Parts: sequence; C-alpha cells; structure tokens
Amino acid sequence: MARVPMDEEKVASCRALAANVATDVQRYIDGHTSVGVERTMLRSFGVEGLGDQGAPLVNLAVDRYHQAGLLGAGISYFLGRALISGAKNVQDATERLAYAPEIDMGKDGPSPALARAALETHVKAAITRIDQARDQREALKARVKPAESPLKYVIVATGNIYDDAVQAKAAAFAGADIIAVIRATAQSLLDYVPHGATTEGYGGTFATQENFRIVRKAVEEATDEYGRYIHQTNYSSGLCMAEIAWMAAVERLDMLLNDAMYGILFRDINMCRTFVDQYVSRRIIARSGIVINTGEDNYLTTADAVDKAHTVLASQFINEAFALRAGLREEQMGLGHAYEIDPWLEDSFLLELAQAQLIRQIFAKHPIKWMPPTKHKTGDVFQSHVHDAMFNLVGITTHQSIELLGMFSEAIHNPMLMDRFLSLKATRYVYNACKHLGDEIEFKPEGRVAKRAVQVLEEAHELLDEVAKEGIWTAISRGAFADVKRTKEGGKGYAGVVARGAEYMNPILEALEGKK
Amino acid sequence: MQHLVKAYGDREGDGMVQMSFVLALPPSAKAREAAKQFAEKHGLAEPLVATMEPCAEGYSYFVVYGHSQHQVDVSTIDVAEVRTGALSREEIEHRVQARLGRKIVVVGACTGSDAHTVGIDAILNYKGYAGDKGLESYKGFDAYNLGAQVENDQLAARAKALHADAILVSQVITQRNCHKENALAFAQLLQKEGWRKDVILLLGGPRIDHALALELGYDAGFGPGTKPADVASFLVDRLCGEVVTLSGGGETS
Repeated sequence: MARVPMDEEKVASCRALAANVATDVQRYIDGHTSVGVERTMLRSFGVEGLGDQGAPLVNLAVDRYHQAGLLGAGISYFLGRALISGAKNVQDATERLAYAPEIDMGKDGPSPALARAALETHVKAAITRIDQARDQREALKARVKPAESPLKYVIVATGNIYDDAVQAKAAAFAGADIIAVIRATAQSLLDYVPHGATTEGYGGTFATQENFRIVRKAVEEATDEYGRYIHQTNYSSGLCMAEIAWMAAVERLDMLLNDAMYGILFRDINMCRTFVDQYVSRRIIARSGIVINTGEDNYLTTADAVDKAHTVLASQFINEAFALRAGLREEQMGLGHAYEIDPWLEDSFLLELAQAQLIRQIFAKHPIKWMPPTKHKTGDVFQSHVHDAMFNLVGITTHQSIELLGMFSEAIHNPMLMDRFLSLKATRYVYNACKHLGDEIEFKPEGRVAKRAVQVLEEAHELLDEVAKEGIWTAISRGAFADVKRTKEGGKGYAGVVARGAEYMNPILEALEGKK
Repeated sequence: MQHLVKAYGDREGDGMVQMSFVLALPPSAKAREAAKQFAEKHGLAEPLVATMEPCAEGYSYFVVYGHSQHQVDVSTIDVAEVRTGALSREEIEHRVQARLGRKIVVVGACTGSDAHTVGIDAILNYKGYAGDKGLESYKGFDAYNLGAQVENDQLAARAKALHADAILVSQVITQRNCHKENALAFAQLLQKEGWRKDVILLLGGPRIDHALALELGYDAGFGPGTKPADVASFLVDRLCGEVVTLSGGGETS
C-alpha cells in the first residue's frame, strides 16, 4: 500500500496542541449563548411559524428577550415559566413570549426548578424527534446500501427548489451518491432562516425546512429507483448554523457543511458568535448521526496551495478537536482538503498526492472530503476536464472518502445537467480503471512524495505550536489561516452573543451534552 | 476591405465546429435525427452525430461535428477595448512618483449578495494572480479590499471617506443578470450623490467586458484573465498623464 512516512509522535503532539486550542475556546463557549442558539432551542421544542410581518416566531420571541437584556437566563427558562402560567403548549408559550403585553422579567413567580420541571416532557420529545430521524436514516441505509467510497458528490444550484429536485434525481441517475443543494449566496449572513418552499435565489437555493423535505423526497425516490442510497447535503454555516443543524437533523439530511472557523474567515462572521454557534450545531449533529464536511479547501483559494498546505492540516486538527468537544465521533468528521495547486507547476501532481495520502493516514477513521480544483480553472473546458481527471486519480489512489466532483465548466457557470453527466462518467472511468492502484504501488522512502509529506506535517506542527501559545483569537487576528485577518469583536453577529448568567437554563443542550 | 473568416478545422474554409448539447429525449433513431436537424438549423452542413448517450432519464447527451456555413466579416467589427498594454512595475512606480507625487487610492469590493472574492482578491491583494502581484504590492498604490457582500451605499461611503481615486466593483454571480443590475445601481448612486466624475469606476468579473462596463456607466471593464498589472497600468495612464484611447478597435489582422 502506498503510504507516506508519518511520525506518530508528531501527529500525537499536533492533536495535543489542537486540544489546547479548543479547550481555551471551550471555556468561552461554555460561558456564552447567542440569539441563534436560543432560537434553535425553541425550534427543537417544536415551535413553528411566522409573525404577521413574515419574521419567524422564534426570532420574535428571542429578539424581544435579548433586547430586554434577559437572554443570559436562557429562553428555555422563560418558556418554562410561560407554560406554568397557563400556556396551552410550547407554541402558545412562545407566542406569549413574543406578543404578551408584559415581558416576563423572570423575577417573581415560578422558580427555576419549576420552570425546568415544566419543560421536562418537551425536552424528552425534542431529543426523541432527533433520535427517531437518525433511526429512520439508519434503517433506510441498512435496506439500500450506499456505494463504495470515494462517494461521488455533486452540486445542484438552480435557485428553484423544484428544479433542484429534478436535477438531484438526474444526477443520481448519472451516478452521483451525494447531492448538495448550494445555498443562495447571501443566506449565511441572514440572522433568520427563511420559511417555506423557495423558487428564487441567486447562486443557489435557500436552505429552508420545507426545501429540505422536497429534496429529501427526491433523493429517496432515487434511492429506491437506482438501488443505491443517495445522500443529501446542505449548509450548517453562517449566522443560523445551529438552527439549520436542527432542521437537517429532523429532516434526515446525511451531511452538512459545518466548520468551526469557516464563517469567521470567509464570511466575516464574528468569531465569538461562530465558536458558540458551531458548538451547539455540532452537539445536534453528533446526536443525529450526520456527517460534517469541514471547509479547509477554501483556505487554498485565498492562500497559496503549496506554501500554505500545512495550514489546511493544522486547521483539520483544530476542527477535529472542536468536533470531539461537541461529541462527534471520528466517523462523522469529513475533514476537507483540496486539489488546488497550480497545475502548471512542475510535479504539482506529486505534491497533491503527498498531501492527500498524508491526510488519509493521519485521519484514518474520518470520512475525508476531497475537493476539486477551482482556483486555476479557466474557460478552457477541455483542459479543465483533464485537470479533473488528475484530481480523480489522486482521489482513488489515496482512498479519499467523499469526493466533490470537479466540473469542466467550473470557471463559467453553476453546473448544468450535461456538465455533471460528463464529470460523473469520467470519474467512474478513473475510479474503476485505478481501483487498486494505491494498494499496488509504494512511494520511495526518500523520494519527492515522502519528503513533501514529512515537510507538511512538520510545518503544521510548528503552526499549531504557535497557535496554542498565542490562542486562536490572536492567531486568526494575524492571518494564520487563509491569509485572512479577523478581530475578536469584529465581524457580523457579535451583538447576538450573550454571556450566560448563573441562572442560565438550557435543558435541551444539557441533554445533548449527556448531563442530567 | 472585406475580411471574411470561417471556423478552421484542417483546411481553410471548411467551417468545422463541434457542438455538444442535451435534448429532452431518450436515445433513439428519432432522437439522433432530431440532433442532426438541430445542428443543421445552427448552420452546420453534413452534421455527424458522433455521440448519443442517456445522461438522465428522458435526456440524451450529443456531440456533433459539422461544417458551419456561417462566416464573419472582421473588417466591419468595431469593439471597444481597454487599450493599454501592461506597463512594467518599474514604469508604473516611476510614473506615479514622478507625475502624481502621491499614492493612488483604490477601493474595491464584491458588491451585493455576491460572496466570491476570488477576482477582487487577485487584483488587490499582495499575492495577486498567476505570478503577477496585486495592487497592494505597489508602492504607488494604497489598496483597500472591502471583501464580499458589501452593499453599494457602504462601498460609496467608504470610498468617499478614503478619498478614493478609483473604485473597483467585482461581480461574479451572474444568475439572471443580477450582476448588471447591481453594478448599474452603484454607478447611478455615485451620479445621484454628485461625485461620479471625481472617481474612476472600474468593473470586473468573469462575464464582464469593456463594452458592458461602458454601457453600465463605468470607465472600464476587465474580464477573465485580467492581471493586476493591467488594472494598474490603466489607472496610471488615466491619472498620471497619458490619456487612454477607449474608442473602437477596428481591424486587428
């Protein structure tokens, strides 16, 4: 088997350093909540619907208590009190929080213990709902098995969810195993989740609970028709990452793009907000059995893929450490990386091979997500198709788990039906023709590939050592990742972060954390 | 003088082209004939349907070769082009220092809901694109990259506060022409605020060309493959002496 040299002690040291980084941030997370987190809890309790101006009810209730400076107690506390004071159910209780003439200052009346007791059955129901969705997914997967890895992942992005459903089935017909519906470009910055089925979106389609259901139905039909389990993917990122994680959990999505730092770096979302939200989103994901896909591939679109290859690896260790703290199993961590080195660079293929194999070995149990070339793609679709074939060759040789297929039209438009078909066909050819290549070859112990792997691990270790010393807040503010600099209090969504008070109550999160 | 061109396969005038497309028909003799007629309607003589394969249920993918009957008279073409050849780094730095005596302030952003900063990063950031370093790397430029999803009024306010000499608007997402509307709205905003003439307005993106940029009220448009030095050269020519011809192109061969 083609293995690259890997210093086990150095890998263990990287993990220990990443653990320090995550532990430092976890102290912050455990002391804070956010409007997004609190909305997620209301949704988990089963609250639905919109106000008369079209804003989600969960936003109206949470924003009201946030503006009154009361969110440090947790929205669950007020929900419990509303139930005790005569609300018919959680929906009615939330409407009272949003619309009652008097806001509940939380002072007199039912004690925290009583409020907690009033929520008990609702907490159980919330957890059961996630568990049932997970069991349903597992049952379907047991009945109709997924294809062998690397699983072929393609994107649909028409802007209209009904077209997306048609395209999803077409892609499955052509051989896709995973369908991702790309989100409309601006959604990550919306501090609410749009409602209902949507047919207008630029650069993609809005992630809504109803849209999740529509695509779920299409991929399930495809699963039965083609006798192969078809996976559904969406985005748990941006200002609503936790809410979307919950929607995906109960609507039985299989994967979610979910990264501890992506929003900070690439969407300029505040880092405090992101760290708090990613934790809660991942607690839900952990329980639901969803596989996350992290976004390190993006680093190489802004930073150089040769010089900054180690930042991808360092970030993967950090993403892993955060995920472990949120209860994810390794089998749920689709750590991301990409084939983004300048293709005209001498031996660029060898450098890609070295990194892909190194990451495969370091994260042996993880369903690694392998991303295609994008940055150096041009309008020359024929050259682009060859470029993708080389990427596929690395994918199959190094046994990547999830492969987002390259599209020859990458530099031109969102993929069309024909583009996906040709990409799937070419990938099928390379995978099949080279199925056991990685098992048949060996790399020279002192050769170029081996040396590159050693170098990348060494550099990742150095970077992690620096980050552990200075802390992630400082590291990000000096541009350690993706050459992007962000400050602790800068970026979008910081106003929605709230320090937890001593009385903070969040029984659903506690249940997800395994606390009594 | 007339200058006619046809597509070139392996002999002058053969008009050979390749088409690939999808028809909403399952593969069949009828579908093959439909593809052939479809190609003929595009002006292809003797079309050869080289490939017909199912690519989704009820859809077939075709590759067709044929002799295009169409020709173009190049002598009648009049296209607006940004006519600066890229200057060398030394020349750019020299001109800014000698003729302007201060830095050129450039503010750029991806506006509207567009989240794709690849283009604006390539032009402004130090690293640049394809070995050509960005405006940030020049002593003669003060480059501010505001990143993605910047609203038009924010960009205008920031550019005004920084006394920008030039504003770069990048538009990548092009679905249903949202890039045009958004870019146009920005130019109109400056017009309305009364300082459009005080600033050089540049538009860039994979679907942008100079003619489109002019149409939308910009001073220049930069399409795919533009390097930072191209943008720097244009700005230096505009701000440091030389006036750039932006008129029609005329015959190129």
